[in-house]
Amino acid sequence: MKTLMTGNEAIARGVYEYGVSVAAAYPGTPSTEILENIAKYPEVYSQWSPNEKVAMEVGIGAAIAGARSIVAMKMVGVNVAADPLFTVAYTGVRAGLVLISADDPGMHSSQNEQDNRLYAAFAKIPLLEPSNSQEAKDMVDLAMEISEAFDTPVMLRITTRIAHSQSLVDLKDPLEREVKTYERNPRKYVMLPGNGRARRLVVEERMQKLADYSETVAVNYMELKDQSIGIITSGISYQYVKEALPTASILKLGFTNPLPSGLIKEFAAKVGKLYVVEELEPYIESEVRRLGISVVGKELFPPYGELSVRMVAEKISGQPGITVAPAFETPIRPPVMCPGCPHRGMFYTLKQLKLVVSGDIGCYTLGAMAPLEAMDTTICMGASISAGLGMIKAHPEMAENLVAVIGDSTFLHSGITGLMDVVYNGGNLTTIILDNSITAMTGHQDNPSTGKNLMGQTAPQVDFAALCKALGVKRVTEVDPFDLATVREVIKTEVAASEPSVIIARRPCALIIKNTEKPLYVQDCTGCKMCIKLGCPALSFDQESKTAQVDQALCTGCGLCINVCKFNALRKAGEDNV
Amino acid sequence: MSKIINVLLVGVGGQGTILASKILTHVAIAQGYEVKMSEIHGMAQRGGSVVTQVRMGKDVYSPVIEPGEADFIVAFEQLEAYRWAHFLKNDGVLIANTQKIAPLPVLIGAATYPEKILADLKERIERFIELDGLKLAIEAGNAKATNVVLMGVLSKFMQFPENSWQDALSAKVPAKLLELNKKAFSLGVDGAKIR
Repeated sequence: MKTLMTGNEAIARGVYEYGVSVAAAYPGTPSTEILENIAKYPEVYSQWSPNEKVAMEVGIGAAIAGARSIVAMKMVGVNVAADPLFTVAYTGVRAGLVLISADDPGMHSSQNEQDNRLYAAFAKIPLLEPSNSQEAKDMVDLAMEISEAFDTPVMLRITTRIAHSQSLVDLKDPLEREVKTYERNPRKYVMLPGNGRARRLVVEERMQKLADYSETVAVNYMELKDQSIGIITSGISYQYVKEALPTASILKLGFTNPLPSGLIKEFAAKVGKLYVVEELEPYIESEVRRLGISVVGKELFPPYGELSVRMVAEKISGQPGITVAPAFETPIRPPVMCPGCPHRGMFYTLKQLKLVVSGDIGCYTLGAMAPLEAMDTTICMGASISAGLGMIKAHPEMAENLVAVIGDSTFLHSGITGLMDVVYNGGNLTTIILDNSITAMTGHQDNPSTGKNLMGQTAPQVDFAALCKALGVKRVTEVDPFDLATVREVIKTEVAASEPSVIIARRPCALIIKNTEKPLYVQDCTGCKMCIKLGCPALSFDQESKTAQVDQALCTGCGLCINVCKFNALRKAGEDNV
Repeated sequence: MSKIINVLLVGVGGQGTILASKILTHVAIAQGYEVKMSEIHGMAQRGGSVVTQVRMGKDVYSPVIEPGEADFIVAFEQLEAYRWAHFLKNDGVLIANTQKIAPLPVLIGAATYPEKILADLKERIERFIELDGLKLAIEAGNAKATNVVLMGVLSKFMQFPENSWQDALSAKVPAKLLELNKKAFSLGVDGAKIR
């Protein structure tokens, strides 16, 4: 039976079909739906981990213990998981271990554009690159086979267009799921330097065997047609090449570390002009050049952004592109904090207080957008607290007008160690934890503060106040983020305090609560526009009547705007209409 | 079937483009087409501009539609019709729901919602359909059925048999909402007139 599936759904199906028993991940676009879909197969144990390093280690432990395991993350997550990854490449595994790296060329939803194929080369592990959903599923099987045959973790690298595009997939019945017995083997798994040096040699021998394997593996193959032009390609770029240049000869590479140097030489000898078509880094191209083969690649295609059918056609066949009508000039429609978001008021207050805001990843990064514009830096998961500490170490007087702002999931991911550092090194920093008890931006994944796990079971909830106190923070204050007057006073007090402090603002995500409030209405508006400064999508200013308007379909009745209106013009339904 | 048909569904996060694309791909697959579909998830879903790309044909490789290559654009909102209009082929069909949803820069007064959208589109595009899909959906019984109204309009211009659309509705819409959505679909079919 053929079914339309995204690459992420297809990988989850592969996990189900090919005997995987343990799956772990931290959510991140474009990888999130892999685990969400695995969770639909109760045969597979699946979990959200607090961060990618933990997920990787859970997968490593399960694979060493004898279970086929899979770990999934977005490309920047692999930075977090790199430490265990580089060493499990030495120890190898007992049962298959596959790391899915979901890269984001074009940065649709990411803070950088790193090409994680380089990680596979750096960590010396095999690399697979599917070019559609069917291959994504099949490559879960192949990756597990390679992992077990060569005793190594394997990276399966997808990109946004593979992860989020749907194509037809042939479904199969699942294999029998079996977990091997655990076998103690300290020389292999205890990476003391002495053992590590021995395994280091194993890695080199393994890479040699994998190089031979790469020459013959079925996912590396030539499609010989018109031999005047030859294209070496992989992943989604293969699809662009097939459509742009239907008659060209192609060397399609599905197994890309180590690259098949013999096959590349053979292909190069058969074709006239040789090109490499790949997104981001000249990964394949560099290897072709190392082999002394003349090739055209990044002279034609940029090392950033996504490629396209038209770009490939224009650059290689020199076909002039079709004439396209110019785009109309349109105001942008940026993503926004939702109507009813309880944490909008925090950014409004931070802007009013003119504070420097060391920001973080998640929905709250939207606090950087107009009209709130209450954010000075956002680097990576967890950096708000530690970077904030760095700022006040550079300028001690900044402690009086600087806060670090972080969400619950991000704090649990990698904010805790930063806060420990603040306490340990006497940083007089104020940290604000915006707690909605869910990983919201990626689509509401449960985390250790939610009270539920991925398999749907009840789970203990992290007590943020107790945790911060245990780290040594003496000043911990909890506030209701809808109570703007209190929020403002607490921030002023804590920023002025001469020791580390934490403010916990707790309210659930507006998208997941059952809302019973009615939309607000406007009465006797003076047109001062204070409420418009909140940047709520349900509020607008009508130029004709010079009054604020409430969109009845969008307003959640949260009442945040009532806090900022000095004229009592915004009112809850049922309140006096006079 | 040798020709690839490109359909772009554009709108604002939360408008139901995903169900619409599921109905459309169900029809295409049942008619024997290979289908590829691409969506960008993540940040854009928070009230941002959203696009679903559906490609169907015998051999479809790329999942992405490029400017000037859409045979059909179904815009769930006026400004989004305007934003994506240059993706349409010269002889393509643009279906625009006249509903307006102001983006944040307009709400806060940093930008204005263009007033001449429909006039500009009418002038540039020969095969242009505008209709108040929201009104028709409310007439059918629920504002949320706007997406199905628009699929009704689209069905008039695509070469798929009428019953294949009905089958897709039965397969993709919850049973208790099926009658309502069938009505919404037929109101869309009736409303599909090129001006």
